[in-house]
Amino acid sequence: MSFRARHLLGIEHLAPDEITTLLDLADTYVDLNRRDVKHDTALTGLTQINMFFENSTRTQASFEIAGKRLGADVMNMNMQASSTKKGETLVDTALTLNAMHPDLLVVRHPNSGAVNLLAQKVNCAVLNAGDGRHEHPTQALLDALTIRRAKGRLHRLTVAICGDISHSRVARSNIHLLGKMENRIRLVGPPTLMPSGAAEWGVEVCNTMEEGLKDADVVMMLRLQKERMDGAFIPSEREYYHRYGLDAKKLSHAKGDAIVMHPGPMNRGVEIDSTIADDINRSVIQDQVEMGVAVRMAAMNLLARNLHSKHEDNGVMV
Amino acid sequence: MIPTIFTNARLIDPEKGTDTIGTLAIKDGVIAGPQGLDGATQIDCDGKCLAPGIVDIGVKVSEPGERHKESFRTAGLAAAAGGVTTIVTRPDTLPAIDTPEVLEFVRRRANEAAPVNVLPMAALTRGREGREMAEIGFLLDAGAVAFTDCDRVTENPKVFSRCMTYAAALGALVVAHPQEPTLSAGAAATSGKFAALKGIPAVSPLAERMGLDRDIAIVEMTGGRYHADQITTARAVVRLQRAKEAGLDVTAGVSIHHLTLNELDVGDYRTFFKVKPPLRSEDDRLAVAEAVATGVIDVISSMHTPQDEESKRLPFEEAASGAIGLETLLPASMRLYHAGQIDLPGLWRALSLNPAKRLGLSSGRLAPEAPADLVLFDPDAPFVMNRFKLQSKSKNTPFDEARMEGRVLDTWVAGERINVAPISDV
Repeated sequence: MSFRARHLLGIEHLAPDEITTLLDLADTYVDLNRRDVKHDTALTGLTQINMFFENSTRTQASFEIAGKRLGADVMNMNMQASSTKKGETLVDTALTLNAMHPDLLVVRHPNSGAVNLLAQKVNCAVLNAGDGRHEHPTQALLDALTIRRAKGRLHRLTVAICGDISHSRVARSNIHLLGKMENRIRLVGPPTLMPSGAAEWGVEVCNTMEEGLKDADVVMMLRLQKERMDGAFIPSEREYYHRYGLDAKKLSHAKGDAIVMHPGPMNRGVEIDSTIADDINRSVIQDQVEMGVAVRMAAMNLLARNLHSKHEDNGVMV
Repeated sequence: MIPTIFTNARLIDPEKGTDTIGTLAIKDGVIAGPQGLDGATQIDCDGKCLAPGIVDIGVKVSEPGERHKESFRTAGLAAAAGGVTTIVTRPDTLPAIDTPEVLEFVRRRANEAAPVNVLPMAALTRGREGREMAEIGFLLDAGAVAFTDCDRVTENPKVFSRCMTYAAALGALVVAHPQEPTLSAGAAATSGKFAALKGIPAVSPLAERMGLDRDIAIVEMTGGRYHADQITTARAVVRLQRAKEAGLDVTAGVSIHHLTLNELDVGDYRTFFKVKPPLRSEDDRLAVAEAVATGVIDVISSMHTPQDEESKRLPFEEAASGAIGLETLLPASMRLYHAGQIDLPGLWRALSLNPAKRLGLSSGRLAPEAPADLVLFDPDAPFVMNRFKLQSKSKNTPFDEARMEGRVLDTWVAGERINVAPISDV
């Protein structure tokens, strides 16, 4: 049992054994979540604040359910309509919240690195629920759990990550995680949505789906933001669908038992064809949502344990 | 004024390119020569280095408008503590220094408050907006030593070429920021593996070459006098060299930060390392250091840009750009010397002789009749930087807690010893 991190700010600084510890615990929560009475007391008496500076329905709901199932007192703060609009800086907001003694702070912010900055100013454990185009660690962990359960392992797989890599924090966290677990990673997308320097990340960069999906075990599609569709990064939605949208023909290049993933919400008919998305033999998109709750329960539980051990050990190295 | 004679000094002479132990006498605010003078006060330098004071082009003093970030007094003290005897100030203040009246205010404030020489630059266009020419003639008469819109590129080539033509006729120097402005809009880092992993909006290093290419074409067209404030990439160095070989009146500078730091120093979003243009790759840093050693890049500047904590304690993208540098310019430059990339006379060519020459000043040298602007320093003395000991009002230095080698011991401006506890005296 090893999980040493104080915050979950990204996958970059996690060790492979910490990832495995977290996924093992999450596995037990998957079972719990399927029972009639879905309750645990791991976080009883602790306060969890969800601070979302950027729109989110799914991730916020997932964190809220995860906290409640573990018995935490959960509060949601919609920061878009809040004091930041009155000119308060991020650091001041963090200090204000810190004074209320939360134990777990779940933060999403539109700027890369903003959650790191906030974590420096508070005493509680901070979970990054997505910062700019930097990281979205719980998404990568839930993807990993989904892959591990579907494929029976999380190493030596060929994973194709397809679409808007450039603006995707999901892609970055997945690249870190899948790389640490020793998988072969391919990035597939139009060159305008491929970050410069991607080829130096220890991944293969492909410009066509045929090349990228060849013999893949996992096909991970990314969401294409609406504002990137019209002429700025790609010529049009229909051309994108034609060249990069996942349909049966493109998927046929992958292994026969390849699974299809998507972090949601999906643009059907843009990055993924409906028949693929709904194909229960290939698509694990609904499983990803289920794993999301379990992974977040595990992450918060592990961070909460470190929160306590910090006080009990009183500075003694353990 | 009693003459002073420095004995047993390691004299760094950028003009002669020499680094020798000797004697230097000063009298009536100017350098007298190596001979002794009757009744002179003697200062034994104990083998430490005596060099011309640094001439720093592109210092931001936040007056008028943001005196809480830096005033002429604190900037002057910082300069003296750092061995900088002439600061050439930027007009990117609030409001911009774009009229003779504002320039007059600046000169008066500078003379009252700063213990070093202050020479102001003025805006090239009104409000630095890149639309209408500033009153270049009046500003020149009022004492502007060069014209610049600082980090704002005059986007419209027609406007820029007219400004260059007009300035050329008056013999005025234009200082520009070579950068393709639309390509670099919104960027906070140099594109590549690091910026992409950290998810920081980034710009290709080629945007600098594109900006320089355009500017060089306009220099060719207008025959103007042009100085690029910062050349920070290997590919731009090549173009700069070609323009010089073609006989164009082009010079260039580089900030000390781009010579001693690279993009990886940003680490986990450390905003004190956010500068403009953004820090570059290690390959670019080495190429630029080489260009300084060979003289392709003429000038090293601090690009001193004070920012308060509030403008820096923000998410990286939103944080203000810029770093202070007056007090750390000399010790940071010593890194290049200790790494064997440049010798001391070569370094002082870029720190004092070349900038003085480019602005038509008689300082920056140890020759007789040159102003007695001097810095005495120990190139080997080690210390750990503590930003809270700096004279500047703003403490945004990327060298906080850095181990540095090279302490300023004393500074003279026009023969007057400036009594400031240098940063290294902590």
